[in-house]
Amino acid sequence: MSEKNGNPVERLNLEEFIPAKKVEPPKSLEELSEEEIARLKEVGIDLAAEDHPGLFVQADCGVVSCHCVPEGLELLPITEALKKYDWLREKYFWKAVTPEKDEFTKIAAEDLDNGYFIRVFPGEKVIYPLQTCLYIRTDRVAQRVHNIVIVEEGAELHIITGCTTNPHVTSGLHIGVSEFYVKKNAKFTYTMIHEWGENVHVRPRTGIWVEEGGVIISNYISLDKVGSVQSFPTCRLKGRGAVGQFNSVIAAPEGAFLDLGNRVILEAPETKAEIISRTVCYGGETIARGHLIGKAPDIKAHLECQGLMLSDKGYILAIPELEAHVANVDMSHEAAVGKIAREEIEYLMARGLDEEEATSLVVRGFLNVRIEGLPPELQERIEKAIEESRKGM
Amino acid sequence: MTQTPMLQVKDLWVEVEGKEVLKGVSLTIPVGETHILFGRNGSGKTSLLMTIMGFPEYRVRHGRIYFKGEDITDLPPYERARKGIGIMFQRPPSIKGVKLREMLELCAKKNGYRIQELAREFGFEKFLDRDVNLGFSGGELKKSELLQLLVQDPDLALIDEPESGVDMENIEVIGRMIRKLLQKDTHRPRQKSGLIITHTGFILKYVPADRGYVMLDGKIYCQGNPQEIFEGIQKHGYEECLKCLRRMETQLSA
Repeated sequence: MSEKNGNPVERLNLEEFIPAKKVEPPKSLEELSEEEIARLKEVGIDLAAEDHPGLFVQADCGVVSCHCVPEGLELLPITEALKKYDWLREKYFWKAVTPEKDEFTKIAAEDLDNGYFIRVFPGEKVIYPLQTCLYIRTDRVAQRVHNIVIVEEGAELHIITGCTTNPHVTSGLHIGVSEFYVKKNAKFTYTMIHEWGENVHVRPRTGIWVEEGGVIISNYISLDKVGSVQSFPTCRLKGRGAVGQFNSVIAAPEGAFLDLGNRVILEAPETKAEIISRTVCYGGETIARGHLIGKAPDIKAHLECQGLMLSDKGYILAIPELEAHVANVDMSHEAAVGKIAREEIEYLMARGLDEEEATSLVVRGFLNVRIEGLPPELQERIEKAIEESRKGM
Repeated sequence: MTQTPMLQVKDLWVEVEGKEVLKGVSLTIPVGETHILFGRNGSGKTSLLMTIMGFPEYRVRHGRIYFKGEDITDLPPYERARKGIGIMFQRPPSIKGVKLREMLELCAKKNGYRIQELAREFGFEKFLDRDVNLGFSGGELKKSELLQLLVQDPDLALIDEPESGVDMENIEVIGRMIRKLLQKDTHRPRQKSGLIITHTGFILKYVPADRGYVMLDGKIYCQGNPQEIFEGIQKHGYEECLKCLRRMETQLSA
């Protein structure tokens, strides 16, 4: 898969993968090896920590952990939630994402492995981040996941999700359908850290609906090797004053194909959206997309797309799109791709850093997006992920 | 026995992008002394500092640079920094996403200087959590630079136009920072040396110096008491230097 025209041709052969259900999943976290536990820790999932205030781990098709300590919310495997609540299927399941979208959503609709269902009750503010982890444990498995998050009126939720594979997995496919519903005056921050592996292909399909006064902040971080990721979450700001903020921090090593971006549809007056992406290319192929659609008056939307090319291999293709349908909108974008400023490197060298140290400091600074509205714990996690990634740069 | 000088520059010829910017510069700074380099904009002052620091675009065609007796002419900037040379840039770049505190910690790697304390001393604490130099005013840039140097604690400080773009209120603080850096307020014998560039000379009011030079067109033409040179320039401008120079040349050719 690599076409530069912005419409990559899918060349994944689905028949190469084994449906996750054909593999016996582990029954509990105890079955995971030390090596696997260490791997999960790299994406921020610390199984050794005693006080999980909420932890969902799915390995291949099986849910191996679904603790729910914090009050104010419900956390269930999606398969159970669908049995428990009829309204879930009627009002939320396959509503923000349509099963007909593409071949991956079709496959996920045909047969579902599992996924999580999280609902925060009205007015409940769950500040400590919930942790979810989708884990490919067996070689050549295709994992089909469907997640639904509902943050009810006036509630608040923070999720950090780490996705990774067993160190022995040589290839895999992850299809993850996610539907997020942020109700009136609710706030939801969703931070995803991807560390899949060289030959793992990832197809998240995400739909987000935000009602009046609601806020969604989504952070996507992928700094490690990956086969291919193609993701383009679509967010509808449906109610007056709703806010969507999307941040991506991406490093593309050689061999990686990353086609990433966001679409935000500003459907109601006074809604605001911002898409920020930072991409560092070490020889991989990256497409950084952003599409803002203004459909109501008095909206404000901004797109910022910055890339650093550190190699003559690979490419960065930035595709910022602005689309206005009514008068009285305020929409803007800036895109810049360049190299590291020589001046900055020399400045740091005059302070005693050698060229390599200086370069990695500048790159890390470039990736260090400060995100308003995140609990400090999450901001620290993001900074730590960036800090650690530079060892491999 | 004479002490090895902190810095010796011997007949330095330097070019930048094929253009000759230094044409046979020599100077010696003993340990503990501060020297001032006067000169108009474009006379080659900054080029001399950049060459002493070792930036690769300043190509040394001829001559050598010795630091504490060691030939450093071919060393990269970071090795010179690690040996004890520090520079205050006139127009430093900003480093996005890197906090000043982090930068100071990197500068202090070797000697673990007290960052918070120093920042407080010069009223710069609130800048520690800002991106390095990003959106700083003229005076703030100088303070940021000098704080980095204070933490780095070099034996030889190269200071480029410390008073440019700084209001009167801040110049006193900047003077204080330079004095601290060069141990001006401690008893002799001082261990720190400095080379300060100025085209206005006003910094002399705040930082005493031991020797002055006038640079014109890539050459040092005149050296002596810095105060006398400063007063001469204030009274007659650099025009007088040029005239003096022409007189010298006539004498030579006569």
